[in-house]
Amino acid sequence: MGMCSVNARSVEHPDRRLSTGVSGGNVLKDKYGKEIEDILSRYPVKRSALIPLLYVAQRDQGYVTEAAMQEIAALLRLTPPQVYETITFYTMFNLKPVGKFHLQVCKSLMCALVGSDTVIGWIKTKLGIAPGETTADGLFSLSAVECLAACGTGPMMQVNEDYYEQLTEDKLDRILSDLRLTGTSPLKSGPFMWPEPVTGKSET
Amino acid sequence: MPKHELILLKNMMQPGYTGSLPDYEKAGGYQALRTTLGKIAPADVTTMVKKSGLRGRGGAGFPTGVKWGFLPKDYEGPRYLCCNADESEPGTFKDRQLMERDPHQVLEGIVLACYAIGAETAYIYIRGEMVLGSKILEHAIAEARAAGYIGRNILGTGVHVDIWVHRGAGAYICGEETALLESLEGKRGLPRIKPPFPATHGLYNKPTVVNNVETLANLPHIINRGPEWFAAIGSPPKSTGTRVFCVSGHVKRPGNYEVPMGVTVRELVYEHAGGMRSDKPIKAFIPGGASAPFLTPAHLDVKLDFEHVAAAGSMLGSGGVTVMEEGTSMVWAALRLMEFFYHESCGKCSPCREGSSWLVQTLRRILAKRGRMQDLETLLDLCKNIAGRTVCAFGDAEVAPIQSTLKYWRQEYVDLISEAEAANLIQLEPAGRH
Repeated sequence: MGMCSVNARSVEHPDRRLSTGVSGGNVLKDKYGKEIEDILSRYPVKRSALIPLLYVAQRDQGYVTEAAMQEIAALLRLTPPQVYETITFYTMFNLKPVGKFHLQVCKSLMCALVGSDTVIGWIKTKLGIAPGETTADGLFSLSAVECLAACGTGPMMQVNEDYYEQLTEDKLDRILSDLRLTGTSPLKSGPFMWPEPVTGKSET
Repeated sequence: MPKHELILLKNMMQPGYTGSLPDYEKAGGYQALRTTLGKIAPADVTTMVKKSGLRGRGGAGFPTGVKWGFLPKDYEGPRYLCCNADESEPGTFKDRQLMERDPHQVLEGIVLACYAIGAETAYIYIRGEMVLGSKILEHAIAEARAAGYIGRNILGTGVHVDIWVHRGAGAYICGEETALLESLEGKRGLPRIKPPFPATHGLYNKPTVVNNVETLANLPHIINRGPEWFAAIGSPPKSTGTRVFCVSGHVKRPGNYEVPMGVTVRELVYEHAGGMRSDKPIKAFIPGGASAPFLTPAHLDVKLDFEHVAAAGSMLGSGGVTVMEEGTSMVWAALRLMEFFYHESCGKCSPCREGSSWLVQTLRRILAKRGRMQDLETLLDLCKNIAGRTVCAFGDAEVAPIQSTLKYWRQEYVDLISEAEAANLIQLEPAGRH
């Protein structure tokens, strides 16, 4: 219930002391003040800004820290458990650090029909990690995820914010090497259209 | 390529079309806005949409104009439009293309819908993974705002519509309209008990309409060319217009194909998607996304419209057509989909939360050749106790793959279990008995 504004410091999560140590603070507000204000202006009810603000926090640290959750709770006049109950529902929020490149391979039926298990196998061999694991250098994490709405161009994976589709072993090698060297890869998908028009091969 | 006229994909199929505002305007874009705002009464726009026969393209297929008509007429406070862009139904990837390749077509549809229902704020709830799509939409909104198509006093008509992009964060259930509203309110995406319906108690408890991307993208065309024109396309009177079918699986050319409703699966697969990848015969297909029951080669000439697919025992759903070739294990396919539903069950209703886990475990056991004959009864019994016993339609959806594969390919289950039982017998019998 959004109406009770409990002091962030007084609320403890049963298994993790969400509120010990740093409480609230203004780290995000100082760094992203204008963006946060812009987000808040879009909604008549503050709590609607919760997911957008969690994204701001995740972009900042690669995952959402407890301190960030507390700061956001205070910003939106929510209790830390209210933030926690929301964040734990959504798979895209990381509650602990992940590798610099988060490889998320779709394993749902449509991709599985065209070889997604093979792609996961390649990654296991090439990087030595299984789904749920991160390479020792902290560069790559692997997850097998459910449908990413690219079923006509599978097998596919998402790496951080980008889609990579119609994967082959050769393409995967190039992507991994590009990521290591430059932090991104030109093989990522642009504005989606498949199939492309037969006449006039114009691709952005 | 296509013998019929393209409506939604027409612009983007033109060479060099980028989806920018100038491109969209050159193709006749925002014309519907000019002819409608302040010139046609909002109630008449609703009447036109009713007359067109347009039905929701998200999955349920509810008539769009009728849905709008449920909003209270005399309500003074704010109303909201939510564009459902949480495209997450396995097998479906059309909204992504509509948003990333021709975003203004969607935005024009949103403004028209807002005008018809009297909403001044619209949220596009886009699935969190589609970062590129959300950036493209944000850019298009900025373009349209600068040109006066969105914002305060649109084109000097006194109509205000603001559109905001709101990213989800990875939860299939948020495509269910009341879960979407919960999520948009910053909560866990748990579906609400209906009634009350969003039309009266939606976002922030205010009258709200939730429409799918493709549904909204049809609106400018219905206004420009008239409801009669639209109502004559496809399979009138109940399935009008085109559908952007997403073809995936073992076909030569998977992808999005816009065709009039009522084409057959055979046409879609062999004329549009290039036929089967390895020229093997079709063993099974899903006509409308993961929630739609599997069908067999005997259904290849079923017309892809709402009524005919339903009569065949499945549903047109979201338009995701997944085709499987001879040799694909149906138990494996059912398990893959069941794992998806297990992962995505929101946990609100016990039958779905617990049942999905039991279904996955039982299927895994059968596939690992450790099954027992009574597992088949257990599966059907579980399905019966999930479907229709949950707050939202997820419960009905998750049992579809199992019920339909058991109906048409029961022998595959039986064979796996027989093998398992034979192996067990050998182990159990004392050595030297025979």
